[in-house]
Amino acid sequence: MTSLAFDYRRPDSVDQALALLAEADPGTKVLAGGHSLLPIMKTRLAQPGRLIDIGHLGELRGVHRLGDGGLSIGALTTYSRLLANPAITVYGLLADVLPTIGDVQVRNRGTIGGAVAHVDPAADLPACLLALDAEVVVRSARGGRTIALTSFFEGAFNSVLLPDELITEIRLPAASGDYGSAYRAQEQPASGYALAGAAVVIGRSTGGGGRFDRAAIGITGVGECPYRASAVEQEFLSSGDPAAAAHATDGVLVASDIHADREYRTALIRVQVRRALEAAIERVG
Amino acid sequence: MAIDALGASIKRREDPRFITGAGNYIDDIKLPSMVHMAILRSPYAHANIRSVDVTAARAMPGVIDVIVGADVPYNPLPMVWPAGGSAGLRNNVNSPRILATDSVKWTGEGVAAVVAETPAQAFDALAAIVVDYEPLPAVVDAEKAVAPGAPQLHENAPNNVVFEWSVGDSAGTEAAIEAAEVVVRQRLVNQRLIPNPMETRGDIGWYNPGTEEYTLWMSSQTPHIQRLLVGIFTMGIPEHKLRCIAPDVGGAFGTKIFCYADYALVLLASKRIGGRPVKWIEGRRENYQSTIHGRDHITYLEIAGKRDGEITGLRVKTLANLGGRLSTIGPGIPTTLYARVLSGCYKIPNVYAEVTGVYTNTTFVDAYRGAGRPEATYVIERAMDLFAREIGMDRAEIRRRNFIAPDAFPYDNPSGLGTASGGAKIYIDSGNYEPALDKALAMVGYDDLDARKVEARLRGKYLGLGLSTYLEVCGVAPSKWIGAVGEGWGAAMWESSNIRVHLTGKVVLTMGTSPQGQGHETTYSQVISHELGVPVDDVIVQHSDTQGTPFGYGSYGSRTSSVGSTAAIKAAGKIREKARRYAAHMLEAAPEDIEIDGANYSVRGSPDKVKTLQEIAFALDLAFDAPVGMEPYLDETAYYDPTNCTWPFGTHIAIVEIDEETGHVDLVRYVAVDDVGNKINPMIVDGQLHGGIAQGVGQALWEGAVYDDQGQLLSGSLLDYALPRAAWLPSFELDETVTPSPVNPIGVKGVGEAGAIASTAAVSNAVVDALGPLGVRHLDMPYTPQTVWRAIQTAKGGQA
Repeated sequence: MTSLAFDYRRPDSVDQALALLAEADPGTKVLAGGHSLLPIMKTRLAQPGRLIDIGHLGELRGVHRLGDGGLSIGALTTYSRLLANPAITVYGLLADVLPTIGDVQVRNRGTIGGAVAHVDPAADLPACLLALDAEVVVRSARGGRTIALTSFFEGAFNSVLLPDELITEIRLPAASGDYGSAYRAQEQPASGYALAGAAVVIGRSTGGGGRFDRAAIGITGVGECPYRASAVEQEFLSSGDPAAAAHATDGVLVASDIHADREYRTALIRVQVRRALEAAIERVG
Repeated sequence: MAIDALGASIKRREDPRFITGAGNYIDDIKLPSMVHMAILRSPYAHANIRSVDVTAARAMPGVIDVIVGADVPYNPLPMVWPAGGSAGLRNNVNSPRILATDSVKWTGEGVAAVVAETPAQAFDALAAIVVDYEPLPAVVDAEKAVAPGAPQLHENAPNNVVFEWSVGDSAGTEAAIEAAEVVVRQRLVNQRLIPNPMETRGDIGWYNPGTEEYTLWMSSQTPHIQRLLVGIFTMGIPEHKLRCIAPDVGGAFGTKIFCYADYALVLLASKRIGGRPVKWIEGRRENYQSTIHGRDHITYLEIAGKRDGEITGLRVKTLANLGGRLSTIGPGIPTTLYARVLSGCYKIPNVYAEVTGVYTNTTFVDAYRGAGRPEATYVIERAMDLFAREIGMDRAEIRRRNFIAPDAFPYDNPSGLGTASGGAKIYIDSGNYEPALDKALAMVGYDDLDARKVEARLRGKYLGLGLSTYLEVCGVAPSKWIGAVGEGWGAAMWESSNIRVHLTGKVVLTMGTSPQGQGHETTYSQVISHELGVPVDDVIVQHSDTQGTPFGYGSYGSRTSSVGSTAAIKAAGKIREKARRYAAHMLEAAPEDIEIDGANYSVRGSPDKVKTLQEIAFALDLAFDAPVGMEPYLDETAYYDPTNCTWPFGTHIAIVEIDEETGHVDLVRYVAVDDVGNKINPMIVDGQLHGGIAQGVGQALWEGAVYDDQGQLLSGSLLDYALPRAAWLPSFELDETVTPSPVNPIGVKGVGEAGAIASTAAVSNAVVDALGPLGVRHLDMPYTPQTVWRAIQTAKGGQA
């Protein structure tokens, strides 16, 4: 099919984009890589009256080191560009997962900001960014704010982003101490999205083989949006035992669909979390 | 002398244009003043239509015409293959309307059509059509549909039954089961599949007001048949007023054999608007609802025999879900093409099958790659495994024990093809099944299986191996059988070929068959190169246009290489004979003294007295020296009606590993030893096998149409319907035995469907074998992780 007719705007700068967003037309959508938005427009599941195309804005592209050692990733940085950047080698989780997202075309067009803004319940990247304690930097004509990703997602395809706000960058804190990470997911075979996926980062800030004092576990495909498995994190920090994975869905309404019902999905994410923890432990050494 | 092209793995001449975007598919065709059609499809699976209001749609920008059911003056679409042929078995027939009038029977049935200047305008106008539906309860499952109290779809089909058909010896099979030492019973579900050719369907209709003739471009496997079915059967247009053209076709798998409503709609629309061409292109989601589905059987099987492994009886009862209305040959698939080949490559003295065709509120079901034979192979190959397990016999051994012996051909299958036709009886003409089995077992290292299972358990995996020793019937079909009233579809299935050798010696081969990506232009050229002694590149192949090709029944049922090639070989023989006569004239010799070696025609004993085919063609074109009574030009047409089908067979073996915690099934090895007779192009044969195997594996592991109870198709797009991907499959290990078919002069059998027929059962048997130690003796497909996980949990007495 073809999409419904829409008004198309192509601002020349972020400021112009923010000015357009400030007009607060409720039918407005921001177009970046387009790999999520355009297909649902063609099937007419989404019928935005206006698209603001920011895909060409160079100021939102690129990766640079922050003063505190963290990493700033421009919202329009594609998966391919991010993967090619030497700075991400210290974030082993991204180096592992980015090459597995979609296919070459998706990785060449899909953007990190788009992945965060879209809040797909089963996308791989948001779970990884959760486990990496990412922050979302947003701007509007009114000003800017920085939001912890753990507070950003609100539900399926829904976030705290306000209608006049634009994601401009994703920030990752500096990696320090001994870290190990792993991502384990089982694909929904048709879509390639995760039926249940677990991104794990564990570490010892002191180094040298003591107890783990850091555990961050992002989960996707299971709840109505990606979430941190804090019950697993707490249990693991006290026990050091991957069996903590049994708490992977504590307090979560587990999704059920034609590919995986609630019972199977619950069992599956526990396995994925445990395996990811085991793999991460092995990597920390 | 050039290398003989027949049997050479030369590259497909079609591929450069296909893979560089230079093909000419239906949506590539843009005609002057062409307009676009979109079809409004029912959102309900079952509803009465109270009214359709198109007033607002007619006023939308760019809209030229809006058509509703009441505007269509034509018949419902033809259904040409009732169960039992036309001999009198009752078939409660309801075939699709061009557009629904008073009711809809599945989500996606066409209700109205808009013709507009652009596709987007046509889609926009669809949204402005107001249909007042009275929703009715729906039923999607065949077993539920025939149960008391089920929603009824059609007044003339009580209990939603299309037909009740049977084959074989009921009393003898009953007696065999009663007397048997062992009887194994099992319910099997062969789930509904959505075929998914890469190119969806589409068509362009053009009415020429000047000549009052119609032209229909269509993504079709059967342009000649459609000229009849759309033309005279549906619209009342005789053949000489309708031209059907199939341009490049991007895959079909059977779905493009049939007569669809849109063919008539684009022609009707073009006439209504005064002769502008009207294009309709099917979307993928639309394809999922408005193009045929495949399979969808529920089967109760009983297999009986002795403790020493001898099978004495097979009784099968199948419910075949045919959808909301009947597709063109829907009833023929689960009857003739399924139940008559149920005993496969085994000598089973007593076979009886009952098949009930059922209406449900789902998309219609018809032939999908293999068409009945994959379903039959699944039943018999699962049955052999179930019986072997019951008596504790090795699965290879029980197959060996029951194979039709190599000296038993031609074999008269007691429930086989043609037994009820009143026409020709069809025998299994050739076969030698054990060598293929032995070769495959050796390739896979069958003797080490137990050790590998133990090793896999140490890694948390269940390893399983599955055998499928399949028999296929293809190369359809002798008209004396398929056309007979008690069995077939009451029409012929011969093929045709025309060869013209032009002045320069270049050869134009014109065929009645119609490819969908198989590489016919390459393989036919190889055959004619061999027959006429000309280089492959000097032969071009024309096809798929009813203007300029002889009538042909099209390409499906793995029939092109066997039936089509034989017609071409016959035409080449006529060319050679005329060339011989003219060479004799040129060389002043008697025709019987002319020897033919490739393209050289020489006088016996005087090899220097020689004329080439090119010289002969040149002279016969100019014709000033032609003898009295000889027609100019080398131009010959031949028709060929086969004397039998062909009977490929082989052994496929799958090895799977199952993750015991997640239920994920990994296909780790796949070995196939196929006997498809001689090969025209081994590389193309391998390609067909690879694709077929992948497609059959897809059914076992991933694919399945899922409807909810209201008849909404939940697996409604490629986001929810999983197709096999190359990365999920191991490298297939292929080998062969060669038992040439005695039916045709080059001994080929056909290979379009073999892979898909064999592989589903091989993978299924492997998965059940893997889970065998847990006590699982059967599991229905597809083996999604959830299904397998639940089976493991249940077997372990877990929470599920």
